[in-house]
Amino acid sequence: MDDLIADFVAECREMLEALGGEIVAWEAQPDDRARLDSIFRFVHTVKGNCGFFDFPRLEALSHAAEDALADVRANRRHADPVLVSAVLAIIDRIGEMVSTIEAGEELPAGDDSALIHALEPGAEGAAAPVAVAVMDGTIKSSAAPRTIRLSVELLDRVMSTVSDMVLARNELARRLRESTSDVPIDGAFERLSSIIAEMRDAITRTRMQRIENLFVGLPRMVRDLCAELGKQVLVDIEGGDVELDREMIEMIRDPLTHIIRNAVDHGIEKPADRLKAGKREIGLLAVSARQSGNQILIDIQDDGRGIDGMKLVEKAIANGVIAKDNAAQLSHRDQLALIFEAGLSTAKEVTAISGRGVGMDVVRSNIERIGGIVEVDSKVGDGTRMTLRVPLTLTIIPALTVSIAGQHFAIPRSAIEEIVRANGESVTLEHLGGAGVATIRGRRVPEVSLASILGLESQIAEQDRTLIVLRPAGGDVYALSVDRIHDHEELVVKPAAPAVMATGLYAGTTLADDGSPILLMDPAGIAEVGGVRLEAQERASRIVEAPVAAIEEDVAVLLFHGLDGGRRAMRLAVVDRIEEVPATAIRPGAGQLRVQIGDAILPLAGVNGDLPAEKVRLFRLNDGTCEIGYAFREVIDLSAIAHEVIPAEHPAEVSAVSLVAGEPAELVDPHWLFATLLTAAERTPEQPVCRLPAGDPWMQNMLRPMVEAAGYRVVSETDEFEVDLAILSAATESPRSPAARVIRLRSEPDPASAKDDTIYRYDRAALLTALKSSATGRR
Amino acid sequence: MSELLLIVTIDGERVALPAAAVESVVELDTLIPVPRAAAHVAGLSALRSRVLTVIDCMRSLELGDTDCSDGIREAAVVELEGHHYALIVDLVEDVVEALSDPLPVRAAMGSGWERASQGMVETESGPLLLIDVAALIAGGEAKAAA
Repeated sequence: MDDLIADFVAECREMLEALGGEIVAWEAQPDDRARLDSIFRFVHTVKGNCGFFDFPRLEALSHAAEDALADVRANRRHADPVLVSAVLAIIDRIGEMVSTIEAGEELPAGDDSALIHALEPGAEGAAAPVAVAVMDGTIKSSAAPRTIRLSVELLDRVMSTVSDMVLARNELARRLRESTSDVPIDGAFERLSSIIAEMRDAITRTRMQRIENLFVGLPRMVRDLCAELGKQVLVDIEGGDVELDREMIEMIRDPLTHIIRNAVDHGIEKPADRLKAGKREIGLLAVSARQSGNQILIDIQDDGRGIDGMKLVEKAIANGVIAKDNAAQLSHRDQLALIFEAGLSTAKEVTAISGRGVGMDVVRSNIERIGGIVEVDSKVGDGTRMTLRVPLTLTIIPALTVSIAGQHFAIPRSAIEEIVRANGESVTLEHLGGAGVATIRGRRVPEVSLASILGLESQIAEQDRTLIVLRPAGGDVYALSVDRIHDHEELVVKPAAPAVMATGLYAGTTLADDGSPILLMDPAGIAEVGGVRLEAQERASRIVEAPVAAIEEDVAVLLFHGLDGGRRAMRLAVVDRIEEVPATAIRPGAGQLRVQIGDAILPLAGVNGDLPAEKVRLFRLNDGTCEIGYAFREVIDLSAIAHEVIPAEHPAEVSAVSLVAGEPAELVDPHWLFATLLTAAERTPEQPVCRLPAGDPWMQNMLRPMVEAAGYRVVSETDEFEVDLAILSAATESPRSPAARVIRLRSEPDPASAKDDTIYRYDRAALLTALKSSATGRR
Repeated sequence: MSELLLIVTIDGERVALPAAAVESVVELDTLIPVPRAAAHVAGLSALRSRVLTVIDCMRSLELGDTDCSDGIREAAVVELEGHHYALIVDLVEDVVEALSDPLPVRAAMGSGWERASQGMVETESGPLLLIDVAALIAGGEAKAAA
């Protein structure tokens, strides 16, 4: 019997969870038969089971709801908001009772007649506002996937066993390396290794859950909020099929709820105000999730009144969060970021829903605790967009292992900006009143010694240590000096015991390959214990930095040996890529040397010595429209010009000399090269230019080759000139920089609506047509 | 009264731990210190793929330091709120059955013992002090702060 009840409870749970979104969607479209049916199925199942188990209260409730819904199904009654609210109330009550049964307690006697009465036609109910939910794609109803239910503990046990197995394998690998090698044994071991790796992958995937589980409750929540606030909101949910670590989903549940509550409460205006502002009565709240690399991006966008940056600033000054002189220098972004400061809320009055002072600062700290970032963008009158970026999984973190006085520690790689030697050329280390200040290529950053923070004796002199430049989530950079850098590793991180976490220095523990424990440092914690002021510093230093950065930016050069052996430097920005061609591809033609690369014939420069017999390496230089080749012998290094530049007397291939990496080098003048080698007549017909989002791997890897094959030159978002075509995913808003034409790609095969002009991203024929028409349209 | 007790020696004194709380008894060899953690946290160690937080019972009971220099130490592994701890003891003796409920000790004990003990239990080998594992893990400093 107990087993049966457990099954019943589990079944109810599952159905209840799935139902939350359905019932609100049904309210929006009372004619939607499929949704009505699934709600009906639920109450029907509950009713059937209750009779069997003898839960009279549950039975009466579900029976009443079933009757009402049956009437709707038979078209004897219309599903109005009052009825939906009543059905919702009953389903809630059923949920409560199921929890009671699950806890093994007796169902208390209670009176449900009010709820049942509310179902009757013409019953008085709170006039419920309309909250509409549009789930993305089609709702998958029938054809349940073949699954079994497993307890999470069992999965965790399997996971930890697999981790043990990986450690045992590593141990075995070390022993095998030490002993004499035996080919058959090595082969068998290799096989075992790959099987274990595969198994680890698979078991990691079992921990992944669709983010739908998190989203499914949102329409219901927004609906209830709307009822309370007298607003109308349409919820648009997209990307529910993105998978995320189970624990991660739990961690972002509260922040997400908070942001959505804020959006409905403070963002979206009342219907009357919206009409006055010339907007539709119904507000739009779009929640979408997508994966980008090993991060998940969750966007929450509303079309409400937006955040007034100036008001935030005024409030921040009033509360003493920022000084008045600094306030004037804040960019729009910085102004908005103030919303994450503790104790700032733009809401005029505190409401029951949000604005109780526990605000966005808590959201930010919660997201940052799991290694994520919150970003905000808003335009007054137009709405607000919040973006949560969270790592795919909590448990595996790429990290750098370092050591202090022989003890190993790990530092999460996501926080590391760069690593420099303390005695490096462009680095100086000073002490001002006991505090360390490192100057790295002209930028001053506070320096903290990990050894002194941890109270360990370092055997290595200060100038021989390595500086790790860290940028903790939300904070500003500082340099951490460590004795030695060891390795990049993917570490399986586990939370540490409270006594260890209490230090505030560590983010968790992990095991090294040899099975010994390693502490994972928390970069923000180190900064705090080390006394680095993050927030205040962040703003101050950025203002000072900006002009310096602008100068620094354009001096990155590629140092190389020319064919004549000369030491030269080429500005990195003009080098498109490095090619290697057979010597036979280079031949004179039409009065100058030319090189054939694929289908293109480019003018060739830099041939001031003997060409190598077989392979010639060359830079492919690009000025935005044309390309030329520049032959060289070998690349020495990437470097920067930090010294005085002495210009040449006459314009020529070499425009100047300067000290690069400690030795003089000739600076190649790309302008002269292009001006000399290209005569107007032989400029290649200008290619159409297409802009693709740089951070989107699908666009870059899958789409880009196709776009290039269609004759386009591809640029990223960082080039802001007008392009002929911009390709975007349907989820992003209008392009940031001008484009003559925009193609939007959606990830679902079917268009969301008739006037949807997006193209399905695997619809090759339609894509090619669109590419072709944009290319010809401009000529 | 059938509760089982694990008899261990801490600072030369035989005391009882509730056997149900003890997962296993291990010999620790490696010990990775945790800089800046509370004094009674001796460090971290690994048991298979689990990280153990090693608690120095003597320091937790304000009895001085355990000498860890000689390498291998015996420890009882317990789980508390999802974390695994290894309690360093001098010696693990035996498992016995408790013959009585814990009774208050009416004589004055050392303050550390006072804090960590749940009372005195009768066993076949005489009365023993029953130790509260959670108090042992919390250590003296946490208590002082609270």
